[in-house]
Amino acid sequence: MKTCKVLMPIGGLGAGINAEAFAIGMEMKPDIIAIDAGSTDSGPAYLANGMGKVSRGMVKSDLAISVKGAMTAGIPLFVGSCGTCGTDVMVDYCADLVIEIFKENGFSGRIAKVYSQQKPEVLEKKWDEGKIHALEGAPEITRQTFSECNNIVAVIGAEPFIEAYKNGANIVLTGRATDTAIIAALPVYLGCNVAAAWHGAKTVECGAQCADKADGMGVFLTVDEKGFAVRPLLPDAHCTPFTTAAHLLYENADPMRLVEPSGTIVADEAVYTQIDEYTTYVAGTKFEHAKQYTNKLEGASITGYQNISLVGVANRDVLADPERWVRNFSAHADKQLKKAGFSPDEYSYNFKLYGYNAVIEGPVPEGTPPPREIGVLLTVTAKTQETATQVAKVFNPLLLHFPPHFNMDLPSYAFPFSPVDCPRGATYEFKLFHVVDVDDPLELVRFEYLDIK
Amino acid sequence: MTQLQDIVQEVRSKNAGPFWVTLEIFCTDDETFNRIKASPNLTKEKIAELYQVNSESMKRFDLETIRVIKYSFPRKNPSGHKYENDMHFGQQYVRLAEVVV
Repeated sequence: MKTCKVLMPIGGLGAGINAEAFAIGMEMKPDIIAIDAGSTDSGPAYLANGMGKVSRGMVKSDLAISVKGAMTAGIPLFVGSCGTCGTDVMVDYCADLVIEIFKENGFSGRIAKVYSQQKPEVLEKKWDEGKIHALEGAPEITRQTFSECNNIVAVIGAEPFIEAYKNGANIVLTGRATDTAIIAALPVYLGCNVAAAWHGAKTVECGAQCADKADGMGVFLTVDEKGFAVRPLLPDAHCTPFTTAAHLLYENADPMRLVEPSGTIVADEAVYTQIDEYTTYVAGTKFEHAKQYTNKLEGASITGYQNISLVGVANRDVLADPERWVRNFSAHADKQLKKAGFSPDEYSYNFKLYGYNAVIEGPVPEGTPPPREIGVLLTVTAKTQETATQVAKVFNPLLLHFPPHFNMDLPSYAFPFSPVDCPRGATYEFKLFHVVDVDDPLELVRFEYLDIK
Repeated sequence: MTQLQDIVQEVRSKNAGPFWVTLEIFCTDDETFNRIKASPNLTKEKIAELYQVNSESMKRFDLETIRVIKYSFPRKNPSGHKYENDMHFGQQYVRLAEVVV
């Protein structure tokens, strides 16, 4: 019977692999180590800037443990979505770290760099050919959107991992990939059940979140010709039919149909069985092969520049009705801004009243007592940093003194910083939620191999 | 006045990619699951109203085997837009947890 054992040592590269858990995983003799290094969860800045979210030292520490484990055992290591966003520059960044680790340990072998960043011209051509399609909930785009994005990546499937593996790579580092492709690639290639490989991959993609103790310490996946078995690495956690099935909900819009570049995982008839204290076995998943192979596109761009000011308010009269204070404040500020020479189309601004309704927006439930204090965050947005900062400076004296009513001495509110306003830099937006039809799973992918001796 | 959070195991919320968000209600027993399932305050339309989104794009999944009711819908603005208040949508479950059932 064909099987493939996958060690998934951590939910995200750089979260801090537990060495003890990793050693337990290696004792189970995996055929591969697979790690996801990417996410769009923390917003568009990472993709627009081509930068990672995780500290370099943490990424290197996790890579060092994984590279040593893989090279010592003679098994491949697949890392997908390098550097949070998976741009070309972040694939190179991770490759440089792996080269350092090779040199520090005297390893020799082949590193594959798999790029999936896209030039606007390529996508404009696809657009002209009618090969780019909006997903449900996508923003409106035009042909111009591609060149307006600072960076665009294609989200790759399993095939580029396999291509690099077949070409002898010990370490495969890719641009943006589906979380599942990183894990499903080898089991699919080795002839395991395709539906089980993808469903198993989806189950373990966040590490031990599919167990009853989500300490992020990794999981072990075994895919065979019928189904898959999943267990956590550390003996104080367990994968039960409930925890395993429930993880399919997490961060997914549709829990029973999960779309991948090559097809759709259909999980509604999957059967979950506890096979020992730690392990759940799953069979009965289906995989509908897509008639048209697609890559999802992710793109982000700069939409302006911001300045932020934070001030604390404990004044009883303000807190009796903080929104009234903000309304009066804004009306006064608008007049001052006009005096300073700004027209309203040059800027926008937003108040967030932390401790009141910044997190759960809208009116607070009736009968809620006034807070003891609130943090007032003012964000100004403009086309340039200089405009945003100059607008914020008009707000400064008001943020310091604007009274809840005028029959009192001017209050002074509580600033934590000097200067009181802070140029925050650019603000960004995700612009694409689309798929592109490709003739071949490798069409939008480029490979480079480094042989370290 | 019983709130949803008083009778269920967990209510949670999370982004599902940059353009969608999702809410989940985990029930401890079949009786609660069936009660929640039939609640007039937890229809797709009511949840769309609560989160001020279009009810046409609201999806609801009743997952009997794990006693979960799940809603998914496109968020008003993509995550991390200029005046974002909850990038990961992780605190927005509170609104749902406070629904009277």
